[in-house]
Amino acid sequence: MVLTAFGNKGVKAEVMRFYRTLLLLLTVAVTAMCTCAQDSVGRLPSRLDSMQYLSNVTVYATRPYAEVIPAQTLSGKQLERLNSHSVADAVRYFAGVQLKDYGGVGGIKTVDMRSMGSNHMGVFYDGIQLGNAQNGQIDLGKFSLDNIDEISLYNGQKSEIFQPARDFGSAGSIYLRTRRPVFSDGKRHNLNVTFRTGSFGLANPSVRWEWKAGERVSVALNAEYTFATGRYKFRYHKVFSDGTLAWDTTAVRQNGDIGALRVEGTVFGHTDCGLWNAKVYYYDSEKGIPGAIVNNVWKASQRQWDRNFFAQGRYQTRVTDRYELMVNAKYARDYMRYLNPDTTLMYLDNKFWQDEAYLSAANKVELLRDWAVNLSVDYKWNYLNSTLTNFSYPTRHTLLSALATAYTIGGLKAQASLLYTLVNDRYSSRYNGDVLARHSKSLNKWTPAVFLSYRPMEAHDLNIRAFYKKIFRMPTFNDLYYTDIGNASLNPEYAHQWNVGLQYQRMSDTDFVSALRLTADAYYNRVTDKIIAIPKGNGQYRWMMMNIGTVKIRGIDLTARIAMRLTRELTLDGTLNYTYQRAQDYTDPTDTGDGGTYRGQIAYIPWHSGSAVAHLGWRELDVNYSFIYVGERYHASSNIKANYEQPWYTHDLSAGYRLRLGKTSLRITCEVNNVLNQQYDVIHNYPMPGRNYKLILKYDI
Amino acid sequence: MRPRHNILLLMCAVALLAGCRHDDVIFIPEQVSVTQPEYTDIEGFYLLNEANMNSNKCTLDYYDYRTGVYMRNIYASANPDVPMELGDVGNDIAIYGSRLYAVINCSNKVEVMDARTTRRIGQVDIPNCRYIKFHKGFAYVTSYAGEVIIDPNYEQTGYVAKVDTATLQVVARCEVGFQPDGIEISEGKIFVANSGGYMVPNYENTISVIDLETFREEERIPIAKNLHRLIQDKRGILWISARGDYYTEQSDIYAYDIRKHRLVKRMDCRVSNWCMDGDSLYVISAEWSEITQRYDVSMTLINTVTMDVVNNSLIDPDTAKKIVMPYGIAVNPETKDIYVTDARDYYNPGRLFAFDRDGNFLWRVTTGDIPAHIVFLGKNLNEN
Repeated sequence: MVLTAFGNKGVKAEVMRFYRTLLLLLTVAVTAMCTCAQDSVGRLPSRLDSMQYLSNVTVYATRPYAEVIPAQTLSGKQLERLNSHSVADAVRYFAGVQLKDYGGVGGIKTVDMRSMGSNHMGVFYDGIQLGNAQNGQIDLGKFSLDNIDEISLYNGQKSEIFQPARDFGSAGSIYLRTRRPVFSDGKRHNLNVTFRTGSFGLANPSVRWEWKAGERVSVALNAEYTFATGRYKFRYHKVFSDGTLAWDTTAVRQNGDIGALRVEGTVFGHTDCGLWNAKVYYYDSEKGIPGAIVNNVWKASQRQWDRNFFAQGRYQTRVTDRYELMVNAKYARDYMRYLNPDTTLMYLDNKFWQDEAYLSAANKVELLRDWAVNLSVDYKWNYLNSTLTNFSYPTRHTLLSALATAYTIGGLKAQASLLYTLVNDRYSSRYNGDVLARHSKSLNKWTPAVFLSYRPMEAHDLNIRAFYKKIFRMPTFNDLYYTDIGNASLNPEYAHQWNVGLQYQRMSDTDFVSALRLTADAYYNRVTDKIIAIPKGNGQYRWMMMNIGTVKIRGIDLTARIAMRLTRELTLDGTLNYTYQRAQDYTDPTDTGDGGTYRGQIAYIPWHSGSAVAHLGWRELDVNYSFIYVGERYHASSNIKANYEQPWYTHDLSAGYRLRLGKTSLRITCEVNNVLNQQYDVIHNYPMPGRNYKLILKYDI
Repeated sequence: MRPRHNILLLMCAVALLAGCRHDDVIFIPEQVSVTQPEYTDIEGFYLLNEANMNSNKCTLDYYDYRTGVYMRNIYASANPDVPMELGDVGNDIAIYGSRLYAVINCSNKVEVMDARTTRRIGQVDIPNCRYIKFHKGFAYVTSYAGEVIIDPNYEQTGYVAKVDTATLQVVARCEVGFQPDGIEISEGKIFVANSGGYMVPNYENTISVIDLETFREEERIPIAKNLHRLIQDKRGILWISARGDYYTEQSDIYAYDIRKHRLVKRMDCRVSNWCMDGDSLYVISAEWSEITQRYDVSMTLINTVTMDVVNNSLIDPDTAKKIVMPYGIAVNPETKDIYVTDARDYYNPGRLFAFDRDGNFLWRVTTGDIPAHIVFLGKNLNEN
């Protein structure tokens, strides 16, 4: 309820009445679910109908209460209004998150949570983690928002015990949930056609079809094509100390084109006491890699091809009234080709194939009414093949087991989990096509996490919360085995997190302020044995991975969300986020003084960052304003003038109107992004787009 | 409004302004006084910082013996009207006549400046350019970038560009082996070290010999895998450094007698950079081995007459330990003071260490990223 109240444009009394009714029905449904274990199958068809419909809502309504520390969430209409093309654009609105963005529609975008590095992030798509054993990086720019219904971000982990063991295995997690079919009365089909166009030569059609295949089964199919030339003007200039112009250059970003197809199909189903879904996903793209803007270089010609396929499924059931079971399975195959056809440089044409198979079972037992225990066991298999010379063809077997428990007493909710990880890597050493040796290497680790929240006053929804977590990330296949760069003797990289905070929220049907939520968190993270590329020696730019880094991060995240009813039809809601971070490099204590790195702020982490979103809703009209701020940073731990990066901040505006055309509706949205046309870099020498426009037409049948 | 509120507002305003963007001001050189002034025929030296690919942070530093002041990053203020400054990845620096030449590898150009003011005179566009040498009004520059041919199995041979220093035009090209690096001119011939660095594991192992008159390649002399640097001594010996393959073959130094057309000695000495002064070859090495999975640092002095290793510690061992990644080396031709650069982690600013002729530590200063190439400015220098 909390989140839907924020997500909707109007919190009218009728709506509230509807929700109350819904909640009532929900309770009935949940009770039915709990008791039906004892009932024989299919005895209550009429009741199950209503449950099936309601289950779509259940997820929203009950989720915040299942977790000790709730997520930062963007969902539904709110997400739609954020002037974002991809998941990467949207996650910038979360506190504590820094996006590494190389610019443009096709540019790589990865996320860094609380400065621990993007390799510590887990990204989950409909409940199952997206893997990349090769380099550990999930390019969030590849996931358009077209089919995404909700993005949730958790520090530490999702503090819910009934989940796969893999969900306990990251220092921070982003959950992407795709849209689920909802059918209004009597409808068996939904069809949505969307077309987006605008700057950068964007043409982005998508179609979504939903079918109520049976009383217990529904199907959703979604296809999207993205084309963009990726061309945009950018400007670099410098001035004399008196402010007069020293030099000024404007050019057009080249080789940022993309053509990408995404096709996705999901089947959602119900049993008497459970849920299941099965999904197939395919993504195929070709894109240019726009290079860094440097002196006397006018072209970049590197290209990249990606093909990602996965099939996954989940089955969740209440076996007895005390025992629940969840099974997840996945197979993924990824292909990547990187080509540098520029013969004035080193010609490269490398291909990589990755396979992943994954199986998980989670078992939750309620020992007492307030005490539950969960045991999850996961198995994962990864294989990497490549055309690189002297490649070592690594295979990784991972066994994860998590034992977790949750206990509630009065206002106190507590959770503890212990994750056991067993990793076995097999690879070969090769030279000139000969196998020199075959290796097998194993590692096992125990890592704990504790989550607490306490509500001191029954009358006020104020929660004090805290967590501690220790986790590690495995070195990736590239870190370990990339020909001539990888270092097979690498150890895992650790992240230790401590967090304390509080959350206050208030809901009201009658007040002028209909919803308010405030959170404040202070945290301390320590990353040790950080895997860093270091040089091997003179000349040929050869690098080597080593476990040498230590980073200490002290930060504060503040968030505020408010929804107001200005008049009966006019609503205003907004969010404010602010993050302060001191992320210091403690790697080399001898490197102090002039230009030293010791205790310097690490690369690209601003001390101050934040965002603000305001939304005005009036009948079918929505007007949205969003602002992102990233303060001054340095692009290296040596915090000297030559490494300084300017702050940047963008203002985005959008207005959308929904036209009702009989039973169908057409929604028209216009966006102006970076309204003040700020010329900025997120990454040094990778210029970002200035003012740009987008038009979105969404037709629902 | 009460004054208290005014102060609060003012503080907020200051905080907001501090968080705003401001125009980037061209870089003003940072001056560090490192030691006492010194008066010899050598007025100073330039140090070229390579910096990482895509960083566009190749910078030029200058040390002035007459003031004892080290100046960091002097190009931008000497040339405030040049967009994107000096460029991306410096690879070589030289003075010829009254001009300073900087080979900027990833900016595909040789930057030509006035040797005293560092004011830009012009540039010579040579893709993937590496090293430079001069002879009778011409500059000879090695380049990794060969002819562009549409062929899936094409491998790029490199070339030597002949540049007229009067017009700054490339007047002729001579194809050599794969990825040519070091270049030396002696006895009417141009010698070029072919590396084959892009061809891993099929490295080149030859030096190309080009006739100066005809500018044609005459022969290729096999030496060792992955050749890097060339330098001649006064007695017609061409010293050749090979990088090895980082697996079974280590880096090494070879002595080739130009007149006798034969290899006279293999030194069994690790090398990544060097410099020659009189009969002394100063060698530093920071070498990675894929076998032992670590890198070893060494510094060696070779007598070019006896062709023997004279000394295995050029500098004071306590200071040597503080040098993380020895990268460049130079010796003052008058005072014989030794300069060793430290590239450290490549990402962050490096250091320059100065020692006297006996290797006693004199001073240390922070440089730009990957300090690498040094050229001295003064009388009777650098004239081939």
